[in-house]
Amino acid sequence: MVVASIVPLSLQAESAYVPVLPWLILALPLLGALINGGVAFLRPGNTRLPTVVGPAAIIGSFLVVGANFLAMRSVPPETGAVVTLWQWMSVGGLQIGVDLGFDQLSMLMMLVVTGVSSIIHVYSVGYMREDPGYARYFSYLNLFVFFMLVLVTGANFALMFVGWEGVGLCSYLLIGFWYQNSEYASAGKKAFIVNRIGDFGFLIAMFLVFVHFGSLDFAAVVEAAPATLVIGGGVVTAITLALFLGCAGKSAQIPLYVWLPDAMAGPTPVSALIHAATMVTAGVYLVARTSVLFAMSPVTQAVVAATGAATALLAASIATQQYDIKKVLAYSTVSQLGYMFLAVGIGAWTAGVFHLMTHAFFKALLFLGSGAVIHAMHHAFHHTHRDDDPNDMRNHGGLRRMMPITWITMWIGTVAIAGVFPFAGFFSKDEIIWASGAYGYGILWGVALVVALMTAAYMTRLMVLTFHGDNRTGADAAPHLHEVPAVMWVPLVGLGVLSVVGGWIQIPDALPVLPGVHVLHDWLEPVFHPASAVMETRGLHAAHESPVGGGEALWAGLSTVLAVIVILLTFRALVARRVEPADAPAPAGLAGILYNKWYVDELYDRTIIRPMLALWRGCWRIVDVGVIDGTLNGVAGGARLLGWFGSLFQTGRVATYLFFFVTGVLVILGTLLW
Amino acid sequence: MNIDFATAALYLGGFLFAVGVAGVLVRRNAILMFMSIELMLNGVNLTLIALSRTLGFEAQVLVFFVMAVAAAEASVGLAIIIAVFRHYEVVDVDRVTLLKW
Repeated sequence: MVVASIVPLSLQAESAYVPVLPWLILALPLLGALINGGVAFLRPGNTRLPTVVGPAAIIGSFLVVGANFLAMRSVPPETGAVVTLWQWMSVGGLQIGVDLGFDQLSMLMMLVVTGVSSIIHVYSVGYMREDPGYARYFSYLNLFVFFMLVLVTGANFALMFVGWEGVGLCSYLLIGFWYQNSEYASAGKKAFIVNRIGDFGFLIAMFLVFVHFGSLDFAAVVEAAPATLVIGGGVVTAITLALFLGCAGKSAQIPLYVWLPDAMAGPTPVSALIHAATMVTAGVYLVARTSVLFAMSPVTQAVVAATGAATALLAASIATQQYDIKKVLAYSTVSQLGYMFLAVGIGAWTAGVFHLMTHAFFKALLFLGSGAVIHAMHHAFHHTHRDDDPNDMRNHGGLRRMMPITWITMWIGTVAIAGVFPFAGFFSKDEIIWASGAYGYGILWGVALVVALMTAAYMTRLMVLTFHGDNRTGADAAPHLHEVPAVMWVPLVGLGVLSVVGGWIQIPDALPVLPGVHVLHDWLEPVFHPASAVMETRGLHAAHESPVGGGEALWAGLSTVLAVIVILLTFRALVARRVEPADAPAPAGLAGILYNKWYVDELYDRTIIRPMLALWRGCWRIVDVGVIDGTLNGVAGGARLLGWFGSLFQTGRVATYLFFFVTGVLVILGTLLW
Repeated sequence: MNIDFATAALYLGGFLFAVGVAGVLVRRNAILMFMSIELMLNGVNLTLIALSRTLGFEAQVLVFFVMAVAAAEASVGLAIIIAVFRHYEVVDVDRVTLLKW
């Protein structure tokens, strides 16, 4: 990797923070991707090199990020740095550099991305060991981390878009990783196409930003926005709505969430890394990054918050009736992403990013746990030559005896996502719920509370179906069920620890007994200060009471007590109940509607896909075949006709030629002499 | 009628050329057409001589060149006609339609 020049620029004149080897953060994953890609091409059977290079590239990158984090902490706040690697394009007034932005927000994102990626890469060594595409897998996964880091460090819209598209590409490649299965391959296509719709919004927003600011640099836009645009004006609303369309695509919000559940076709560590912990949170990151613009548009803020809450509710309702363990987690992810958008929509930026972080921990844990279950089930079915679905929870049951470590760590993830004190999810989710109430969004506050309880219910259902009750794997396969190897359960334990302690960096003052901790809030304050200032000029303040009365401490306590009660009730209700076999027909009534995901895919099929297909078929028949092909064939036919007419004179008889020749001479002579 | 030599030669050249054109157009036998072309050639030669004498420059040497080239051309043309005859066993140009598309 050759870097043309490293020019540290400071956002502030008195900045003392100089990034440590910033290009290495990106270069290591890219190098890993290239090496593993080379192995995949030249020696597909080689597993030794990818085993070392794949995780090592990411862990190395994580260490460099960690060094940068320490360097940034050692200088006073309000400092950041932009590292220009080289000038990318320079067209008229448009100057775009390959600028890596290092501020508090991108630092946090880099820590989360490289940290969780490191754990998942190690886990993948065990999970993918027997897959023939082992080297290819690590090549894609390293490439994904590279693009994700480009996305979070990109200091202008254009470079961020490069990462944005790159992670989409890697997501597509990894969803369709087992491309021999056409269903998986189309799931990859679906994700890619749905994301295109969102990318359209991102591009429009980028054009509008350039027209109005003359620059695509985040720092310049954030600085100029309050003076350039009118609060609540049409321009800022258009920009932010277009940006949010991009976010809805990438982060699976209504109406573009449909790709994420299908994305579970990829290997489970991919679901954990890309479709739960990192890539899908890119939309939340984008809103946080452009928080000033969003703060200036009340309309967009309401749209974002309402969309987030509606998505959270819809996805949580679907999750309660799914039987595929990964589908439950996928809808749970959509639901939790809804929470994050609710947070950034109402202006609680820190809360949104906080939940992004804790969710990365416990959702990665839950996905890796489900991967361990699927791994064990797959082996048991493989040994007994059965082709039952290892993902179907109706085939699980009672796994806690065979897989105690997975069982315990997944319970930790479950109580964390359910928001039970003192696990990580409690602090982040409670802050979102409280903020939505405190900023006066009464309905959204109620929805958020209900969804929190639904989360507790569907996650408990998942745990009961998978780990409790009697084993339903079958007498022949059950003896083959074992705990996963250490390379897989050690990452589970690591994420389990993070799922417990991850929330302790931000503890509200209102809670009694506990110390008020604002590490995250203080850390991110410089990034969100401009947005908060805009919110204040709009006269928005957080109330100290919920919409129906009661302070933060009361509602936090109430929500955790309610979550525990829901968990216990669901557990008691489900643990003794007989589970339908995996081939049972779909349930009837409301459960059937939820089982069939509110028929949203069918609705899209009827209202959008089929009319579009009909339109395109019409275009093909009329425009393509009729007009375009018709014109071309007509021209060709005309030329042929002309040729046929000309060929009539070519009789091959010398006499004819001579006759024309002499006639011609006479005509010419006659004309000349006349 | 009192005409000088040049005018007479021009008339004769024009006559020879017209006979040649008529022969080429009318005849179907390749050899006869060929002879007619030679006739046209010589008509032109005669015209050249006559005009050179009237206008006062020496074209006799040019005419020798033309005759030498015509002799070479005649040998090539006859060779082609012989080749055509060997292939088709006729020299009737109406039946040898090699140039037809």
